[in-house]
Amino acid sequence: MSSVTHDDVLGHGHDAHHHHPTGLMRWVTTTNHKDIGTMYLWFSFIMFLVGGTMAMTIRSELFEPGLQIVQPEFFNSLTTLHGLIMIFGAIMPAAVGFANWQIPMMIGAPDMAFARMNNWSFWLLPPAAVLLIGSLFVPGGGAAGGWTMYPPLSVQLGMGMDMTIFAVHIMGASSIMGSINIITTILNMRAPGMTLMKMPLFCWSWLITAYLLIAVMPVLAGAVTMLLTDRHFGTSFFNAAGGGDPVLFQHVFWFFGHPEVYILILPAFGIISEIIPAFARKPLFGYASMVYALAAIAILSFLVWAHHMFTVGMPTAGLLFFMYATMLIAVPTGVKVFNWVATMWRGSMTFEAPMLFALGFLFLFTIGGFTGLVLAITPVDIQLQDTYYVVAHFHYVMVAGSLFAFFGGTYYWIPKWTGTMYDEKLAKLHFWSSLIAFNVAFFPMHFLGLAGMPRRIPDYSQQFTDWNMVSTVGAFWFGLSQFIFLYVVLKCIAHKGEKAPGKPWEGATTLEWTLPSPAPYHTFETPPVVK
Amino acid sequence: MSAPAPATGTAPAYYIPQPSHWPILGSIALLLMGFGAASWFNGYAYGPWTVLAGFCVLIVMMFGWFGAVVGESERRMFSRKVDRSFRWGMSWFIFSEVMFFAAFFGALFYVRNLSVPDLGSIGSKILWPDYTAAWPTVGPYIKDTFTPMAAIGIPLINTIILLSSGVTLTIAHHGLKAGHRGQLKLFLFFTVALGALFLSLQAYEYHHAYTELGLTLRSGVYGSTFFMLTGFHGLHVTIGAIMLTVMLVRVFRGHFDAEHHFGFEAAAWYWHFVDVVWLLLFVLVYWL
Repeated sequence: MSSVTHDDVLGHGHDAHHHHPTGLMRWVTTTNHKDIGTMYLWFSFIMFLVGGTMAMTIRSELFEPGLQIVQPEFFNSLTTLHGLIMIFGAIMPAAVGFANWQIPMMIGAPDMAFARMNNWSFWLLPPAAVLLIGSLFVPGGGAAGGWTMYPPLSVQLGMGMDMTIFAVHIMGASSIMGSINIITTILNMRAPGMTLMKMPLFCWSWLITAYLLIAVMPVLAGAVTMLLTDRHFGTSFFNAAGGGDPVLFQHVFWFFGHPEVYILILPAFGIISEIIPAFARKPLFGYASMVYALAAIAILSFLVWAHHMFTVGMPTAGLLFFMYATMLIAVPTGVKVFNWVATMWRGSMTFEAPMLFALGFLFLFTIGGFTGLVLAITPVDIQLQDTYYVVAHFHYVMVAGSLFAFFGGTYYWIPKWTGTMYDEKLAKLHFWSSLIAFNVAFFPMHFLGLAGMPRRIPDYSQQFTDWNMVSTVGAFWFGLSQFIFLYVVLKCIAHKGEKAPGKPWEGATTLEWTLPSPAPYHTFETPPVVK
Repeated sequence: MSAPAPATGTAPAYYIPQPSHWPILGSIALLLMGFGAASWFNGYAYGPWTVLAGFCVLIVMMFGWFGAVVGESERRMFSRKVDRSFRWGMSWFIFSEVMFFAAFFGALFYVRNLSVPDLGSIGSKILWPDYTAAWPTVGPYIKDTFTPMAAIGIPLINTIILLSSGVTLTIAHHGLKAGHRGQLKLFLFFTVALGALFLSLQAYEYHHAYTELGLTLRSGVYGSTFFMLTGFHGLHVTIGAIMLTVMLVRVFRGHFDAEHHFGFEAAAWYWHFVDVVWLLLFVLVYWL
């Protein structure tokens, strides 16, 4: 009651914060969702290049059998850090960057619910990155037990492992705060009239992702904390001599880890669900079923973790349960794929870069989904566990899935962000180059895996040479293609290009397109009314 | 659902804070603490000092940041809508804490139902011929012996203390809502005092375990789960007691009224969460 009379104070607050600091301090102290979104996206891209450089080193080493470029120990650190950096440094921050830019604009809110905490969520990431990358330069080298950090290897490593553990703690805190912010924004700050079931699907995808994050990041924190105490304080969680079990770590880790893979892909689903209707010029087919499918995937993701552990020696009942539960996820995922296809059915489609990436996503993610089903079959997985088939599978869903969706989302929204249209020709070149290079790099890994090549090994048997050479060529081609993307984005930021109208895509319907381009620093300070 | 106020006349119900330097200070603090702890655990002399430096920065940051929020609250800059955001935010934060404890309870269930029975099973006889699965256990290889912590005794007393503190806190809350500041101050003080008593008894219990029972963090997986679960709980009681102490100070400074006291409620929610975790600990760690 008393709050109403003091609303004038709020008004002054709004005027005052137009005078924000400039230069570096603007970015350090900002509470603006657009600034923070921009920082997330740039951080993500820088980490993408860092993790990519590691991938290039890995592929160079694997160009031919024998040891050429790096020592095996360092190779192990590279695979470990490539995974951690790409997951926690590149894909997750990119998704949060999209959330920061888009969710307030798509639900008609002026900013995120907790704008100051939003700043901290971002600024926790650089210290985590410093710890993670810095671990390579301390005595004993970086973490080298794989991104999954399984004991006993991770119990034996040096100081680099401890830095990795603390980096994971800090990134976890960042994710939890970011997710609390996103959930609260979506639940409490929607414009009048925007009911949950009228909300753009991107917001739905993030609502569910944020729930998953809050549920599982603390579990990961618990897992690495147990690792830390086993390493330094004599606990026996993962030590059979004291009554514990190394497999316990795998259970706790994958209870986090499997929902985590949906955390990486659901925001991508959300972006695709915005792009396809816009370029098919038709409303999304089966909106409600898309929402329920997201929820079903999220719930099932908690019940399938042990399919990562089919070879550790589980009871048959466990193997069967986790196999069937995993296959069940194909049902809601199938609903989504069919709905995207049905959305395009008899639509008047055009194929600008965002749509091309969405279609690339659709084909390649679906291939990754199918190989996931293959791996879900216990007896098959026992053959394929820890082979390059698994590497191929998750790069199809993470690179051609999440990353392609983020490229598509960038091209889709960059006119709104910068006020300048991107260079369509170069963007299309980026797409085709990435698409072909990606398949050259990763499709052969299926053959290598089926033939028995193990992952995370710097050397290999001679019969694997040909496909490894092809894969390395594709990987470098893919890596270099990303500089086209960087150039296109920089051109937009420099306003070299056509000026973007408020709504450059005629089929787009969400609220952000009612704003001018570039979107003003503060938007929707007065909420729009949604009918 | 009340619609936000229109643009004319009154300002919208949203609150967007000024640019702030507190978050970056917090990041610097955590970087120092993370790097310092990693160095410390690996035997570098500068490690503990780096942690200490980071911790000091963190304290400064918390004073500054929370102070800013308290100031904004006292200037009544938070509308009902913002209040609702705080409620959602605190609820989800507590949910994240629940999941943190779930990881350790999960570990406890796993070792008791799977790994320890398996180590004593016929399949493990080649490795550990003399080991019989039992709970509590130090495991098949560690040779130390210890006496497990009995539930009847300090843990039971602590249960009663913590449950009583939940009651006193609720009485304090009623006092706040009814405008009885004396009742609020007295019972909030009782709550903090009970929290402090709980922590003192737990400290005594740990001392007893280490010096007389031979029960340490190194006592196999029983010691691991016992000390990690009760230790993290104790840490959370400490945090909750600090929150309540801050609320007590604020009450003495005349903050909060019957309508406007989410800070108090958030601390109370947190205290009840800590209470519920203790009940699970009492049953699953001490008793069964």
